[in-house]
Amino acid sequence: MNHLVILIPIALGLGLAGLFAFVWCLRSGQYDDLDGAAERILTDD
Amino acid sequence: MSCCSTTPLGKDCSSGDGLSKNTRSKADAVVSKQSAPAGCGCGCGAGASNGLEEEVRSLSTPLDNGEQQLVVVIPAMHCAGCISKIEKGLHALPQVVSARANLSTRRVTIVWDDRLGQGSDLRKTISELGFEHHLLGQADDGESHLEAQGRSLLLCLAVAGFASANIMLLSVSVWSGADHATTQLFHLLSGLIAVPAVAFAGRPFFASALSALRNGHLNMDVPISLAVLLSLAMGVFESMNGGHEAYFDACVTLLFFLLIGRTLDHHMRLKARGAVASLAKLTAPGALEVLDNGQTRYVASQDISEGMRLRVQAGERLPVDGVVMSGSTDVDRSLVTGESDPVSIAPGSDLEAGVLNLTGSIDLQATGTADTSFLAEIQRMMEAAEQGRGRYRRIADRMASIYAPAVHLLAFITFIGWLFVTGGDWKTSLYVAIAVLIITCPCALGLAVPVVHVVGASRLFREGILVRDGGALERMAEVDTAVFDKTGTLTKGEPRLDHCEGLQAEDLPALYALASRSSHPASKAVLQGLHDRFLDAGVLSQDGTGAGSVTALSAIKEVPGLGMEGIMGGKRVRLGRPSWVADIAVVKGDAPAMYAGSNASLMFACEGTRPAVLSTRDALRPDARASVAHLSRLGISNQILSGDRRDKVWTLGAELDISTVEGDLLPGEKLKHIEKLGADGRKTLMVGDGLNDAPALTAAHVSMAPASASEVGRMASDFVFLNGSLGAVPVAYEISKHTGRFVRQNFGLALLYNAIAVPLAMTGFVTPLIAAIAMSASSIVVVANSMRLWQVRVFKGSETAMQGDEDRIGARGLGSNLGPNLGRSLGLSGTATIASGGQADQQKVPA
Repeated sequence: MNHLVILIPIALGLGLAGLFAFVWCLRSGQYDDLDGAAERILTDD
Repeated sequence: MSCCSTTPLGKDCSSGDGLSKNTRSKADAVVSKQSAPAGCGCGCGAGASNGLEEEVRSLSTPLDNGEQQLVVVIPAMHCAGCISKIEKGLHALPQVVSARANLSTRRVTIVWDDRLGQGSDLRKTISELGFEHHLLGQADDGESHLEAQGRSLLLCLAVAGFASANIMLLSVSVWSGADHATTQLFHLLSGLIAVPAVAFAGRPFFASALSALRNGHLNMDVPISLAVLLSLAMGVFESMNGGHEAYFDACVTLLFFLLIGRTLDHHMRLKARGAVASLAKLTAPGALEVLDNGQTRYVASQDISEGMRLRVQAGERLPVDGVVMSGSTDVDRSLVTGESDPVSIAPGSDLEAGVLNLTGSIDLQATGTADTSFLAEIQRMMEAAEQGRGRYRRIADRMASIYAPAVHLLAFITFIGWLFVTGGDWKTSLYVAIAVLIITCPCALGLAVPVVHVVGASRLFREGILVRDGGALERMAEVDTAVFDKTGTLTKGEPRLDHCEGLQAEDLPALYALASRSSHPASKAVLQGLHDRFLDAGVLSQDGTGAGSVTALSAIKEVPGLGMEGIMGGKRVRLGRPSWVADIAVVKGDAPAMYAGSNASLMFACEGTRPAVLSTRDALRPDARASVAHLSRLGISNQILSGDRRDKVWTLGAELDISTVEGDLLPGEKLKHIEKLGADGRKTLMVGDGLNDAPALTAAHVSMAPASASEVGRMASDFVFLNGSLGAVPVAYEISKHTGRFVRQNFGLALLYNAIAVPLAMTGFVTPLIAAIAMSASSIVVVANSMRLWQVRVFKGSETAMQGDEDRIGARGLGSNLGPNLGRSLGLSGTATIASGGQADQQKVPA
């Protein structure tokens, strides 16, 4: 039972971290131009 | 990766503006600088810059710090090379603060400072880079609303995904036999995650269900919302009271799956919109008013009143209807008639708003305001037609109207039945009834339609066809009559140099110089023709001069309505109307007979020499014949409706083997014809491109337009095909047919699943574990079945599409990768796959 007390918050915390990371990406416009982002890697500068 | 410079893309743009303008400016350098007062005709003359500057300024949005933001649409932008070319080119201008290209929407957002330079230079720079472009008007509310909705759906999807993953983690331990205390704890934890998650991620469904109930009918969202809410409530109640029947996992997974379907559906609509919408505004934003003292001042379109005297330069569009007061010119009335052949205009002629002035500057008197113009009239016709179409009910809604009451009835019967059997144990009876509601799987049904539609749309995308929404696929599958417009639809709508007779090699530079100074479609056709035939052969060098010989062509001027004239070696040279050119040429024998028989539209001559006859022709679209024949084989009757002269339409009808042919039709008459077909019970597919087709496109059961169509034409259409081949029409029809078949199959699968699961649920055998497995399994089966749509075979054209390389590259890539990548693109990156496809195409081009 003791390990659950540690593991479950860790699992939830990691999930939440992922969720917040996604929300942040979405808000900061990183999903606005997926095609462009994929192409820009090819530019020299 | 500078594919722009190596692909024929630049060349393609030139049919519009790009290259021809480049070469034109090069030709300018060779030819003496004495330009005609009419300017170069492309609207960049000094006289017109006032209006263009105003246009850029009026469409820019002022930012807080005094800078301006302008959004430019560049349809041909498709790769990293284009992006960096455009961004670098713009950054080189002093007034540009930032320029950021968005490849998904094909737009460039430019922040510029009007204190540091002119706005019209921005447009000039983009043109000089070889890109056709359009300014985007003030932000389209509908579109930004759709985008915001898409983002909120993604957010809901992310929350539902997080919740279902975590709850599933806890549920698996419960199923695998956790002891009582642990089960209790895990249920409580699940509840803590599920309640806020459902409250947040369920909103799209709850809102839609509520609005349906408020209007007194049922849609699919009603049973979905009910199942989600009831299972949540039951879970909370159970975990509070230490029970085992907690359906938290089923509840959030259901939401997650349904949100995937919803997000895909939304993405598809948004993408089609982004690519289809957004091009040039047809009405001029304003015009120069001629004041009594001869001065001019700029007035915005909405401020123009009847009787105002306006000056319209070459290259500009008319803002309102009007009568020509002075000046003569050629105009492009293709908006009204659909015909691209220019018409000469003299004082006294009536012109409609939106007509493009090609060669000379004219003064006209406004006969109406922007609200009473021809364009406004078209708008009204379209709105009326749109309302008629709104009555169509999509298959999912029709299913829901049967399904929802059936499910509720079943649950109710179960409840009553169990009450009766257990002798009044309402708690058990309620549990079983809720289990029925949950397991009847709105999940498979909710996915059955959107997944097939998305796969169908992606498949169409691979074939170079954009579709506006799933409803269009359903309507397309019902079509029994196809109605085509002529110019621009069955034909390419741009004249090409077909045949030249008597042309001497030493004349070429002069001809080139004359043609390059005019924006008249015939001149463009000649220029393009010379390019294709002689440039590669080395007869003509890149800058338009003859190999070795230096031509001194001076005093080039455009004579409105007649053609181009210049002086070479003291002699006049002319390119234009045959009778006018024949005046200076030596014509042996019977002059009229020489060009009466042929379809000569142009002649070219040096004073005192024999004239050369140049004929232009509007070629059929690739695959036009095969497509029409294929449609007839599929049992669809074909018709042609055109605004062109009757005899021309008949000839084309005979050529394509279409017997029902109508010519000389005005926009309103086309609309009537379509409405009459509809009244006769026919399901019509209208294929057209022009503004004059727009009301008919809106009124037809389903409609289709080429990418080269006018903006209004494209906006009015359900399908837009990008690759220029008319083969897109049978392809769209066949894929729609298959899509309909797969939708029905999916419904069949969902019903089969229900036929097994519902009796289990009604008899009380369902546990949360069984529910979770059954629901996921049914969803996977439905999605897997939809994927088979990638494999179906459709019409393949034999001719290659010559036109629209730029579109083809983007479009082909998108679809081909969407299939395998669907998992990746689910909601999150529906567009990410364009890029890799684009690269694949680029790699074929030798660097």
